[in-house]
Amino acid sequence: MITSSEGKPSVMANPAASNMRLVKRLQRSLRRDPSLFFMPALLIVALATTVAIHPQFSDFDLQSLAMGALPLAFAAAAQTIVVISGGIDLSIGSVMAVTNVLAASAMEKASFGQSLLLAVAVLLAGAAIGALNGVIVRVSRIPDVVATLTSGFIWGGVALVILEKPGGGAPQEFLNLGTGTLFTSWLPNALVLLVAAVGVIWIPLRRSRLGLQLYAIGSDRTAAFRSGVNIDRTRLAAYIFSGLFSAVGGLGLTMTTGIGAPLAGVYYTLSGLAAVVIGGVSLAGGRGGMLGPVIAAFVLTLIPTDLIFLNIDPNFGQVIQGTLIVVIVMIGGFVDMERGRK
Amino acid sequence: MTDPAKTVFSRAAAAVTSGRLGSLLRIHSIVVLILLLLAFVGGIQIARPGTVNAVWISNMLLFAAPLGIVAAGQTLVMLTGGIDLSVASVATASAYLMATHSGLGVAPAILYGLAVGFAVGLINGIGIALLRVQPLVMTLGTGLMTEGMLVVYSQKKMADAPRVPQFIEDLGAGKFLGGIPNDLIVWVPIAIILIFVLRRTGYGRLLYAIGDNSKACNLAGIRVWRILLLNYVTCGLLAAAAGLIIVGGTDSAELRLAEVYLLPSVAAVIIGGTSIFGGRGGYSGTIIGALILTVLNSILTLLDVPESVRQILYGAIILLLAAAYTRLTD
Repeated sequence: MITSSEGKPSVMANPAASNMRLVKRLQRSLRRDPSLFFMPALLIVALATTVAIHPQFSDFDLQSLAMGALPLAFAAAAQTIVVISGGIDLSIGSVMAVTNVLAASAMEKASFGQSLLLAVAVLLAGAAIGALNGVIVRVSRIPDVVATLTSGFIWGGVALVILEKPGGGAPQEFLNLGTGTLFTSWLPNALVLLVAAVGVIWIPLRRSRLGLQLYAIGSDRTAAFRSGVNIDRTRLAAYIFSGLFSAVGGLGLTMTTGIGAPLAGVYYTLSGLAAVVIGGVSLAGGRGGMLGPVIAAFVLTLIPTDLIFLNIDPNFGQVIQGTLIVVIVMIGGFVDMERGRK
Repeated sequence: MTDPAKTVFSRAAAAVTSGRLGSLLRIHSIVVLILLLLAFVGGIQIARPGTVNAVWISNMLLFAAPLGIVAAGQTLVMLTGGIDLSVASVATASAYLMATHSGLGVAPAILYGLAVGFAVGLINGIGIALLRVQPLVMTLGTGLMTEGMLVVYSQKKMADAPRVPQFIEDLGAGKFLGGIPNDLIVWVPIAIILIFVLRRTGYGRLLYAIGDNSKACNLAGIRVWRILLLNYVTCGLLAAAAGLIIVGGTDSAELRLAEVYLLPSVAAVIIGGTSIFGGRGGYSGTIIGALILTVLNSILTLLDVPESVRQILYGAIILLLAAAYTRLTD
């Protein structure tokens, strides 16, 4: 019996054994990354809660949820890559602001075709800014936290240079990429865009040699170095991808708000980091995936909405967000401690 | 190894550090900082002759005091290998709460402000010292909480607008004896106590020890959690005190009052030679760091460039200073 796939012969021989193996494999991947199960469950609970307190939840609510979560999800994705590699990027919000105002000021009088070309240029600019961040972290030898906190301050200034006050715009067809719907009104374009962008960038990266190296340098830098991983280059790559995702987030901001705002990005640095932490990515590096943070971005977007439905000041959302970060990290710490005891 | 910037940098650093002058500078790194500060002041004097006079110097000290006080807490925390990202939110909340309670009289109002710092510092300390949350995440979380609470509170309090009492105004903006800033009355004792505690007391030495190797401290029977808890509470209180001085200087309690102090508070400590990984540094460096950043701000103001360009230059120079200093002293 010669087949290309290893699993097939045993399926024919003993379906029960293969079932067991599938269950085992599922258990292993769950143990390795509990957020794989926990996060979708959390999203379902959050959505169910929303529907429970707001029974007339409509396709429009779903659209505004997807639009609200879009930039935050990309900010979380950008942070995830750097955090997995063992760093942290506190400049993401500012990079999003730069790309947001860049897009809005360049696309104001562009046609749809031109605006797509400009979008590609903005993505390249984002990657370049990310590369610069990486170089700053590497050459200066200042710890990531301080280096990106400072470079974020600089990018904030750059955003103000490009566009002093909120303004600019983009052609309606371009905005529609983030605000419209596909096929049915229950499938917002924002959701499609998110899945497509994360899928196209993250999945090949995760499966590539570079992806493995990112996890390697995050979990143990010395061991990775001794196994022949080029630490500097891999860290640089992490920052480039962070810049790229931030740029997608900036474009997402342009699509969903229709304008460029130099100060709009500020919020996304910290909230994106919150989504990363809630999404089960270890800040110590080397652990976690992309699914958790992206779903966490949706949950975090739902919280203020639910508060409004409940007639509570939506500003409590930020308080809940802060509490959630702390509580989840504490739970993670306890789980680790228990594991260490065994 | 082909990176040109790297080789030039390291060669220059090696040239300086290999000589006798270099080793002297490395030991007394504070000398480098003071020279740098003097160079900045000299630069201003050359660019705009007549700027540097008694009034200017007294203004610099006035502006440096709140930064120096926030950075004092940050120094304590960073010596143990931590970081406090909630200082700016704490300072803002302290100022706002003080201003909205100014009707009760000055002393109770100040107590309200300091209570914010105590509470947030205590929560930070419990999370970091007892529940072993990473300082970055913990203080990020409490910073978000504080900010959110403040927004909610400010909307409830819309009716009675915040008012800054005269005493706080005098403290944050006034001068005595023809030019000594009032806020030095707060800063100088804090600085003296801090330097004394760090250099001469067991508590100070424990901070360095924990920053160097907290596991070893634990094994040696030191109750690390107590020190850390006290440390974060102190940091919160210092941030709250700084918030009161800041609001005295601006005379209006806004919701984003102290936001601009977060980056400089960390930068002053780093430029001052305290390692973010803990165990190395001290407050005297931070003082000079705060003065350098204040003078830098004054230079950028004199340049008369738009706020955006100012922000870019400020960040870039902080990066350069921190990078150069990290390389020189490593």
